[in-house]
Amino acid sequence: MNIALVIILAVILFSALLGIFAGRREKMNLENWTVGGRRFGIILIWLLMAGEIYTTFTFLGASGWAYSKGAPAFYILIYGTLAYTISFFILPAIWKIGKRYSLHTQPDFFIKIYNSRSLGVFVALIGVFSILPYLQLQLAGLGFIVEVASNGVISSNLAIGISFILTCTFVYTSGIKGAAWVSIIKDIMMIVAVVIVGIGAPLIYFGSFGNMFQTLIEKMPEHLVFPGSAPHMNVIWVMSTVLLTGMGFYMWPHVFGSAFSAKSEKIIKKNAIIMPFYQIPILLIFMVGFTAILVIPGLENGDMAFLTLVNKTYPSWFMGFVGAAGAVTAMVPSAILVLFASTLLAKNVYQAGFNPKASEETVLRLSRFMVVVITALALGLALFFPNELVPLLIFGYDGVSQFFPGVILGLFWNRVTKTGVFSGLIAGISVVVCLIVAGKDPFLGLNAGFVGLVVNAFVALSISILTGPPRYKLRGKNLIIKKIQKNGGSL
Amino acid sequence: MQKGTKYALILGAIPFAALVFALPLVNRIRPVILGLPFILFWILSWVMLTPLILFIAYLLERKFNNSGEGEDK
Repeated sequence: MNIALVIILAVILFSALLGIFAGRREKMNLENWTVGGRRFGIILIWLLMAGEIYTTFTFLGASGWAYSKGAPAFYILIYGTLAYTISFFILPAIWKIGKRYSLHTQPDFFIKIYNSRSLGVFVALIGVFSILPYLQLQLAGLGFIVEVASNGVISSNLAIGISFILTCTFVYTSGIKGAAWVSIIKDIMMIVAVVIVGIGAPLIYFGSFGNMFQTLIEKMPEHLVFPGSAPHMNVIWVMSTVLLTGMGFYMWPHVFGSAFSAKSEKIIKKNAIIMPFYQIPILLIFMVGFTAILVIPGLENGDMAFLTLVNKTYPSWFMGFVGAAGAVTAMVPSAILVLFASTLLAKNVYQAGFNPKASEETVLRLSRFMVVVITALALGLALFFPNELVPLLIFGYDGVSQFFPGVILGLFWNRVTKTGVFSGLIAGISVVVCLIVAGKDPFLGLNAGFVGLVVNAFVALSISILTGPPRYKLRGKNLIIKKIQKNGGSL
Repeated sequence: MQKGTKYALILGAIPFAALVFALPLVNRIRPVILGLPFILFWILSWVMLTPLILFIAYLLERKFNNSGEGEDK
């Protein structure tokens, strides 16, 4: 019997059981299912947010980028840190409004702030269209990592089928809490795997990190500074990309929505402070990519670097451990993505768009039903059209980042109007789509999404000024957030 | 804007200055520090300093902002 195989299957099964177990005592209503009853303390919030950041992309993609592109991979270290810094300033305010008005999702926030259900439906649709390719990427990564790690015994499709159905089962039963609990297994396994390979491999082949870099500097110095081995990823591209993704990260509907699960705004602030430490494993993943380019140069697919190096360096049971870690690392983000895509469809497209009178129970029932629908849809796409959605992924980040001006202006500027934000969103997204379709990404060296964001912010500001009066006229002149702050949480 | 928030925002600008706007100046391999190419050493240092910066911002906000913590139990 293949030990790797046993480890992979046992971990996948155990994770799913833990996820189902997590929700056993909860009485499930929409509040508990989507935002964990707003009771998460610092540990669960950290696990949840970390669960969203570390995906299979981190495993395969970050080492793959370090391998095939070199220095541009460093953008991952930077944008995360910028995103946490931004979150320190905006998430507590978002949480307060969420608490005050019992919001569950990002479109809820837009509906409340701008008093516009159509804006909410629009934001929800962009959110779902951005989530689907991202989910697809997780499933593809999962299948790939398990197939390679089990030496082909578990086919990619079988791996995707088993783990995704189990994942959706615990999403269905336990909601967000299931994802946070499974994240415990995921974090431990991922960090163990990354530390063993990221520190082990450079030491085994070169004796120290310093020697490894020394060899790399002698052999291919240009690989270690921007643009590395990817000509269009020069300093300007890196600067615009980290600004875009740093601002965009918390605009992902599932990341934004997770903030509502926190017990208090203080928890969120503290979490923002400690999050940058979680970037250290990424550094180790880069070490794997850099070691691989010296030890096993010439791989056609950079994403294979991590697994190929493990295979060459470590015993086969450890390959099983890495495969299992990779599988759980895909399961947790997939769970959160499915949960929020379902809630967006049920609450913000169905309820807000078509049936405002639908009760909370109806919305929860429909959300859970949507879990089944999205599971079936995503599985169908993953098994029969595995490559069709991946090109759309580039639209995902560029798309959700366009929410940033609407969120920031809504929080901190009392003259912003819904027409302004609507026009900004449409302008920003149109610019992004046009640039990418026309093959003009990067545009003048800048990331196309960043160009869209600048246009978006400019349009939102100018149209708001033109279309005034301020949206708070009816409620007095202050911003919602200021009132909440002044009155200690109530209006 | 409250005084603490203002200080916090000034501190919050530091990671952006160091990790975005300074990049063209530090995009080089030498000097190699602690075995790392300079650009990687620079990025990593600021990633590690950011929690400290945000922690100071947190303390300043607590010291100089008086309201807004009421519902925080």
